Formats: sequence, C-alpha cells, structure tokens
Amino acid sequence: MSAPVLARRLDLVVVGAGPAGLAAADAAAGVGRQVLVLDQAPRPGGQIWRHRPGDVLPVEARTLLDRVRPPRVAVACGASVVDAPGPGQLIVDFGGRLAAVETGAVVLATGATERLLPFPGWTLPGVVGVGGMQALLKAGLPVAGSRIVIAGSGPLPWPVAAALHHEGAVVEEILEQADALAVARFALSLIGRPATLARALRYRAATLGIPYRTGGWVVRAEGTDRVTHAVLRVGGRERRIACDWLATAAGLVPRTELAQLLGCTVHEERIVVDQRQATTVRGVWAAGECTGVAGDRAARVEGTIAGLAAMGVERIPGALFRRRDRERRFGELLAQRFAPRRELRERVTAETILCRCEDVRAGAIDPAWSARQAKLWTRVGMGACQGAVCGLACRTLYGWDTAVPRPPLGQPPLGSWARALGEATPPSATPPSPAPPIP
Amino acid sequence: MIDVTILVNGVPRRVPADLSLAAALWRLGIHRFRTDRDGAPRAPVCGMGTCFECRVEVDGRTGVRSCLLPVREGLRVELPA
Repeated sequence: MSAPVLARRLDLVVVGAGPAGLAAADAAAGVGRQVLVLDQAPRPGGQIWRHRPGDVLPVEARTLLDRVRPPRVAVACGASVVDAPGPGQLIVDFGGRLAAVETGAVVLATGATERLLPFPGWTLPGVVGVGGMQALLKAGLPVAGSRIVIAGSGPLPWPVAAALHHEGAVVEEILEQADALAVARFALSLIGRPATLARALRYRAATLGIPYRTGGWVVRAEGTDRVTHAVLRVGGRERRIACDWLATAAGLVPRTELAQLLGCTVHEERIVVDQRQATTVRGVWAAGECTGVAGDRAARVEGTIAGLAAMGVERIPGALFRRRDRERRFGELLAQRFAPRRELRERVTAETILCRCEDVRAGAIDPAWSARQAKLWTRVGMGACQGAVCGLACRTLYGWDTAVPRPPLGQPPLGSWARALGEATPPSATPPSPAPPIP
Repeated sequence: MIDVTILVNGVPRRVPADLSLAAALWRLGIHRFRTDRDGAPRAPVCGMGTCFECRVEVDGRTGVRSCLLPVREGLRVELPA
C-alpha cells in the first residue's frame, strides 16, 4: 500500500480505526479539521468490526465507517506508527514505505490485546488467543469440521464460539476461568443493561448445545508439529481432550506500547487519561480499550470526547461524559468479575517458554531479578514483539514493571526508518501549534 | 471467489483473494511459519499484529506479520523448510 495523499499539515492523527478511533476521527472531521486515521489492519473497523468485503456489519459500524472515509477523513490501512521523534511527529510505516507525518494532535485508540499467559505447550501451532481465533476466522481461515476448545474469560468467548459454530466448526466446549459465583453476579448486573443482555442472550442461543463450564482452565497443550490435545482442569479434575485448535486467553488487556513510547503515563495496565481523555503528555489524547477494557460503547463515546477535546472544543455536552462514566463502571465490573485466577500463574514449569521471540524458558529466570536484570542476562522481552506478550506474562508471574518499548516499533527496514527520521523536522524547529480552541 | 497466485518458496499456489497471508498459508496446510532455536514450529497466535509469531519473509522483506497482510497476485513468501 502506498502512502495516502496528505494535507500539508494535519490537525489530528488517530492511531487505530476501531470504534474509539473512528468516533474520534468523526468528531474532529465534524468541526472541520484535517484528520488522518492509521490502522495496522488491511481495513478499518478494529477487532470488533473486522470484516472482509461483503460481510454484514452492525448499523453503528456502518454509520461510522461511512462517515470516516475520504474525502472527509484520510484513512491509511496497513500502516503502523514505528517512532515518535518529537512533539506532533510520527514516523509511519505505510506498508513498507516509511514517512514522517506532522500533526497538531494525536488520539491513541490502540485498543486491547489478549492476556496471553504461558503454560506448557502454548507455543504449539494451533494454540491461539480467543480473539486470535476470531481474527484468523475473519481473515479467511477455514474451520469447518475442526474441533476447537475455547478456554477464555469474560464476554469474548461467546461471539467467538457463535461465529465458529456458524462456520461449521465443532466447538467442543467453552471454559470460563472465573468461578460460577462471579459469572452469576456478572449476569445479574446485566439486568441494568438491556442492550448488553440482549446481545448475551443472542450469543447464548447461537451456542446452545456447546458445554459451558466455569472455574475451568487449560493446564497444558500437547502435540509435536501442532496441537493435538488440550489438558483441562475443571472442578478439581483433569481431562484430556482431542482438538485441532485451542483458543485460550485470560481476557483482554489494554494495548499501550505506543503510549509508552510517547511518554504517556500508564498505570495498572491502562493509559492514564483525565475527564477530557487527555493523557499526561501534551498534545496526546487516548480513548477506548487502551484506557481500560470496557467494550465498544465506552470506546465510541470516549472517542467522540477525545476527538472534540483534541480539536480544542471547550463545550462538550455533559450527556457524553455521563454516558462515558456509566460505560466505564461496566468496565470496572468486567475487570472485577473476570480477574485472572491465581492458578493461571502457576502453570509454567522450568521448561515452559516465557519469551516466545527469544526462546527464553521460565527456568532461565530468577524471579528475584528485576526486569532489567532479566533482560540483560536472558534477552527476555527484547525480541520482535518488544515484550508485548512476555512483558505481560512477567508482570503477572513476577510482578515486574512492563519495560518501555524502544523505537522502532515493529520491524521496519532500519535504513528507511533512519531516512524517515532525517525527513522529520528537527525538534529545534517550531513544533506544530495546537489548533485554536472552538468555544 | 476470485483466486490469486502466491509463490510459496518459489512454488505457485492458488489461494482465494481477500484472505490474510496467515489464513492463506494455514489453508495450504502450512503450520510452520517460523522455527524457534530448538527447531520447533511457530505459527500465528494473536491474529492482530501484537505477538509477531506469524512473521515471515515477503518479497525480500523479513519480519512481515502475515496476519496483517492481505494476499495479492504474485506475492512471494519464503518459509523455513
């Protein structure tokens, strides 16, 4: 993909084209500003609205996708931010061609990724995340006739199971790591959220006949060239079950690598934002799952607030803040009820690979080390993913802080990264001024 | 559905258009996207560009996440033997 034709100076760059990013771009375009939306995926929509041509999307998705497109908004897909050399400057990898982009403001809408925790056999082909399974399915993976075990947490396993079942897969069972009581209390709280409840019931109806068990998790995966069996622990008993795919994760976790690279404060895994979605870094706002997992409704209203705030709109309707706060409380409830159980941390053996990029096994690590010491002595977290996976694992297993990633993010050709850095205006030059406020 | 031809280690293979390269490779029966230091196969995990397990060499560029790349006519992908 080639770089899009851009306005000479952008008012706003939105990173992430999911519900939050699209809403932010829509709001900023609505007050007449020049906006560019970037997303790594081939098409906008984020994970929840990931689609291929011809797929039917919910009405709220269609509406936003219709509004956030050229000429109203510039959209670059297959594009990732690899560096941020100065205020308002981003180095973007447009599908292999790197270019410097200058902007008055940035909205981070980088979404969430899965809480992938290590267990014996988790590196076998066919062992994927729950959302990972869904993403592969939506990317065209054939699953008809495949036997699939889902061991996840929270609401995500339901739509994934429904979609797999619909495509002809045999979903052997759905395991929820949280206990029955936590799930029951969560279900009760849905009475106050009729739309969410309706969604939940729809998914349950679509997956009738698939066993659902709470308080269950994966002990290990077995196989040589790919996964052939999953060993599960449910109700104090271990069971070995044959499968072609094992889709497992302990829920979702905000994606904060870029925020950290920009210097934004991240606390308890979330990008810290104020009432108006501003991060701790001037000129950078954040919205959606990257500020705490709370679902697509929260993401949309936060995106709208962030887009308006980033464009200097002073008077943001109070109703938006009230809706945001209500959705946020739902996010807190999700985090509480589906908190990863202790046993998930106790599965690794000395032989279990912890850092998938650098092949570091748990036995090579002394939990008494600091994250820095571990990096120096084992290269844990220094591979291609920059600790996106093992950093989370180490935080969960050893309580280490997640290391701040270093540029470039991803694996761009280093020569073109250096060239793009050279094109960027030196920091000593005038930084892009923020857009004037709109009363 | 329209098919495209991609070159897998130089061998032409037909796959449906609109697939991600990761989905296309799996569909072709390929479960080894890369090999770890102990010779074990690795394959896609997150499907959304976070984990880098699906990285392959495409058109001479290494480290390309196949889950983020749609297949296209003539795409050349190099995989471990």
